[in-house]
Amino acid sequence: MFQAIQLIITRDPALFEIVALSLRVSSTALLFSTLVGVPLGAALGLSRFAGRRLVIALLYTGMGFPPVVIGLFVYLMLSRSGPLGSLNSPLIPALFTPGAMVVAQSIISFPLVGGFTMAAVMGVDPQLRQQVRSLGATPWQTTLAVLTEARVGVVVSIIAGFGSIISEVGAVMMVGGNIEGRTRVLTTAIVLETSKGNFDLAMAIGVILLGLAFLANVAMLSLQGRAFSNE
Amino acid sequence: MSDFVYQLRDVTKEYNGRRVLQVDGLDIRPGEIFALVGPSGAGKSTMLRLLNFLEHPTTGRIHFREAEFNPSRPMPLKLRRRVTTVFQSPLLLNRSVGANVSYGLRLRGRRNSGRRVEAALKEVGLKHMARQRARTLSGGEAQRVALARAIVLQPDVLLLDEPTANLDPYNVGLIEDIVQALNRQRQTTVVLVTHNVFQAKRLAHRVALLLEGQIVEASDVEMFFESPRDPRTAAFVRGEMVY
Ligand SMILES: Nc1ncnc2c1ncn2[C@@H]1O[C@H](COP(=O)(O)OP(=O)(O)OP(=O)(O)O)[C@@H](O)[C@H]1O
Ligand SMILES: [Mg+2]
Repeated sequence: MFQAIQLIITRDPALFEIVALSLRVSSTALLFSTLVGVPLGAALGLSRFAGRRLVIALLYTGMGFPPVVIGLFVYLMLSRSGPLGSLNSPLIPALFTPGAMVVAQSIISFPLVGGFTMAAVMGVDPQLRQQVRSLGATPWQTTLAVLTEARVGVVVSIIAGFGSIISEVGAVMMVGGNIEGRTRVLTTAIVLETSKGNFDLAMAIGVILLGLAFLANVAMLSLQGRAFSNE
Repeated sequence: MSDFVYQLRDVTKEYNGRRVLQVDGLDIRPGEIFALVGPSGAGKSTMLRLLNFLEHPTTGRIHFREAEFNPSRPMPLKLRRRVTTVFQSPLLLNRSVGANVSYGLRLRGRRNSGRRVEAALKEVGLKHMARQRARTLSGGEAQRVALARAIVLQPDVLLLDEPTANLDPYNVGLIEDIVQALNRQRQTTVVLVTHNVFQAKRLAHRVALLLEGQIVEASDVEMFFESPRDPRTAAFVRGEMVY
């Protein structure tokens, strides 16, 4: 296994770029889906408003939505004749760029972050919320306190979101195009090398992907670990 | 100073259309220990939630100092922060004991609260436990931390919901002493919910009996126990069931 990795690194320095791009795209997407998913999950878990059930049903659907369909959707939106692509706005990424991949991965992962965060927050004793308010918390401070109590579950939600995108291939292939040196990531590289018959290389890249996913999860777990101990 | 901290007028509280509280008029005076007794389900905890402005009344109004709390008007944060509750169960945060006690101060933006936290923990006899995780405390310790977390805020009004239920006599005595000292030294107004009539007798200046959401009788402690006006009070004081 290590031999295989060594082989790639010496044979193909471009692999570093692929690894770096994979991490960059997925971590940016994870940042966006956390920024959307955690507040959304907290709002759904802690407040009652009209349309809440509908939003939850949509979120649950999103949690199991096929990534290729999201890829297709993003493709159609961003393509030059699509509703967003035709705007030519500098804020909207073009197809076949890392930006487009970030968009697709954000859409894939935020329902997972939101859904699991909601579940974690709902698991916190509602009486604790009253206790916190009674100690003088504003609504904001109360939400923060509940998220802190639910921190183990919130970190799990982010890990689930990360898992859904670092290993995803269909959507990034469609909207990224697997262009060498520009939008090739680990998963699309595996697909390509396999189709070319380079099974040992494909396998080695797969090992790297596994290793990276493991390291990323260890890093996130340590976040959780610190949350377990005293302040 | 005015002669009331709270003034309740025609206050009702309903859940799903069911009325669980109906208080036509009640004043709570500054610096008193006011005990609220009554059987389970009478509405005692509900009353405390209203007095802490955690829930709005369905109808009526609660005057607190210069402000009015009613079905639609919230209590300003500054006044709300003059009141705090110790609930029936300790409800500690999953953090250290020290972090629990300093929590309310940090909500108010006070950073260097170390000395006050230490003093509050000392008062409840848990001086050396600041670093321990709250989850690992015994029941009595947890309840004392909950009390420390409230008194560190030096509230004007302390609401206590069965603070000594399920505790051993040692912890009961400790908590009663702390509440009494707080009331004497800081003139903290205390509303104490208990279904232990002896505790009410030991601590309270005035006592009210709540039955099915209504106040049957509210009077000075001697009067309440020695010559109750209402036969249901007499029965409750004698320890008879009054459902
Ligand atoms: N959030 C709520 N939703 C619906 N009903 C409620 C709610 N809170 C309280 N009740 C009902 O209101 C009534 C009074 O409850 P409350 O908790 O105030 O009683 P209590 O006097 O504190 O009783 P105990 O001594 O057992 O604690 C009960 O019948 C209870 O079921
Ligand atoms: Mg109660």
